[in-house]
Parts: sequence; structure tokens; C-alpha cells
Amino acid sequence: MHFLDPHIHIASRTTDDLQALARAGCLVVGEPAFWMGYDRSGTNSFYDYFRQLTEWEPKRTANYGIQHYAWMGINAKEAENVAFAKEVIALLPEFLDRPNVLGIGEVGLHKNTKNEVLTLLELIDLAVKRNEQILFHTPHLADKYQGTRMILDLLRADSRIDRSRVCIDHCEEHTIRMALDEGYWAGITLYPTTKATPERAADMVEMYGPERILVNSSADWGPSDPLAVPQFMAAVRRRGHPESLVRQVVYDNPLTFFNQSVHFNFRRPD
Amino acid sequence: MPNPIALDVFNREFLTMRCRLIDLAAAIDRVGRADGQVADDPRWQQLQQAIGVIASPDGNRAERVQMTFSLPYGENWRHDYEV
Repeated sequence: MHFLDPHIHIASRTTDDLQALARAGCLVVGEPAFWMGYDRSGTNSFYDYFRQLTEWEPKRTANYGIQHYAWMGINAKEAENVAFAKEVIALLPEFLDRPNVLGIGEVGLHKNTKNEVLTLLELIDLAVKRNEQILFHTPHLADKYQGTRMILDLLRADSRIDRSRVCIDHCEEHTIRMALDEGYWAGITLYPTTKATPERAADMVEMYGPERILVNSSADWGPSDPLAVPQFMAAVRRRGHPESLVRQVVYDNPLTFFNQSVHFNFRRPD
Repeated sequence: MPNPIALDVFNREFLTMRCRLIDLAAAIDRVGRADGQVADDPRWQQLQQAIGVIASPDGNRAERVQMTFSLPYGENWRHDYEV
């Protein structure tokens, strides 16, 4: 069965990983701009990174028959310096117009500080003014519950937001219900220790149903598995669920979500 | 989605559950055998609380365990941040 990985950091992965993804049936990847493991020294570093996500990575994945789409933004970890973040945000419009860009992401909160919130408000405003889809990063570990609620508070206070075009990502057992109940897409990230496992993601699909749920590997430079989405598919099958359920979560849902972006131009294989 | 039979799920999950409990017990023993003590570490207290949640008869254990490791949310944060 074919699948999409709606959140994976291809820039951090090797060609072996791309080959494994292609062999497993991955047709499309979504790559949000994120923290590369170190704070960048200036806006030019971001400019080059955005070029990498819109020029070079699409070519790398195309060599393996995988279509590459990107999200543009400044991650929460580097958003603490509000003045610097403003300079990076000023770079975004040029890249948001590029043909493989789906919207603004991954943006959100990290340690839930006032400065992170100020930067996030600017990013939300830019997204609304340009009618962009938004992919939200929710914080790690102890900060997740508090930060997810803060993000939802900000969105609830902005009547311009079209919730069907927003994904609240990295949801876990204590945050997924609130994202779904408020009409957003909910992303579940599969990590070996720090987020959800394939089995727990399958639990959440069983508990809340498959509608508006996206499952991703978020595979990056840390402990992560680029084949996590197939692991989730295997977990759902092992429980005896029909193939239609697997397909809805890993294929139909990401296509439906991505199709809301003007730049998404999926070419279904013959 | 049809509800599965409890015994089927238990049969499928038993060895994994058993393995993870032994892993957890062994890790706690490992900390206990080491020099010094961590009883005052808030993370140790969170672990004890989470173990209590697992052993409780109520449902939603995964969600409640997550909450034992979570910072609290304050309704007035926007006022405090002046945003």
C-alpha cells in the first residue's frame, strides 16, 4: 500500500533512508522548516536552509520517485529572539510563493515563553493574510500540555482562522482530544521514546476514529525512524482492522489535508 | 469500528506488557543499586505517581500518566504575558 509521510525532515536523512521509504511505498513527503540541532548565526543561514527545502531536497527525493513538499517558518526554539525572528519572517513570502511550499510550519511553542508567543502571533498573522495553511509544532514532554492549550487559546481568539486548514502536530494522549474537538487536524508523531509509538497511535485512532488524524515519522537528526509510518500500518493491521482504515489514515487523510494548499499538485502513479 | 474482545487483546498484548513491566522494575532496581539516592528528585516522585495511575482501576491511564509528567496550565497566561 502507498502512503504519505506528512512530516519528515529529509534534510537530516540519508539516501539509504530515501531508498527505504520508496521501497516501502512512500509517494509524498512533507518537510517543515525546523531547528536543525543548532541555533543559526544569522538570517542568511535561514535563507540558505529555505533554499535547501525548496530547491535541493525535492531533487534528492525525486531520484527515488518521492514527491517533496515543504513548509516555511521559524521554529519555536529560535523564536525566542523576537527581533531576529522578525528578520526571518521577512524572508518567508519569497519562499511561500515557491511551487513545493504548502504553507507556514512548523511553528508553535517550545518552552511556552512570552517571546515565543509574540513571534507565533506574527507568524499566524502572516499565514492568515496570505491564506496559508498552518502546521503547528506543539512542545516536547512536560511542556506539551501547557503549550498545546496556549496555542489553541491563541487560535480560538482569532476568528480569521479556518480550522480545517490547520494541523496541531505532535499530539499525544493528553492533547489529541482537544485538537480534534476544536475542529483541527491532529498530527501524531512516532518516536521511539519521546513521543507516541506505533501501538499508541493505533490506540488513538481506535479511540477517536480516523477522521482528521495524520500519522508521521518526523524523522530527523535524532533518534527517529523514517519507516515509522509503515510500522504504524503494521500495528493497525495486526489488530485485524480493515485495509480501508489503514489507507484512510496514511494516504487519504494527508492527501485531503495537503490538497487544501494551492501548491499541492499530487501526481498519482499509474 | 467494532469493539474487540478483551481476552483477544489481552492475549495479544500480555507478553509485551510483561516484558515492559520487568524492564521498568529492573531500571528502578538499577537506580536503587547505584550510590546515592534520588527519592527527593521530582522526576522520581512523578514516576511513583505514574506507577500508581497504572495500578489504579480507572481508565484513561495513558492520558493520566501523561498528565503526571506535564506542567500545569494556567487560564490567565494571556493576561500574565500581556498578549
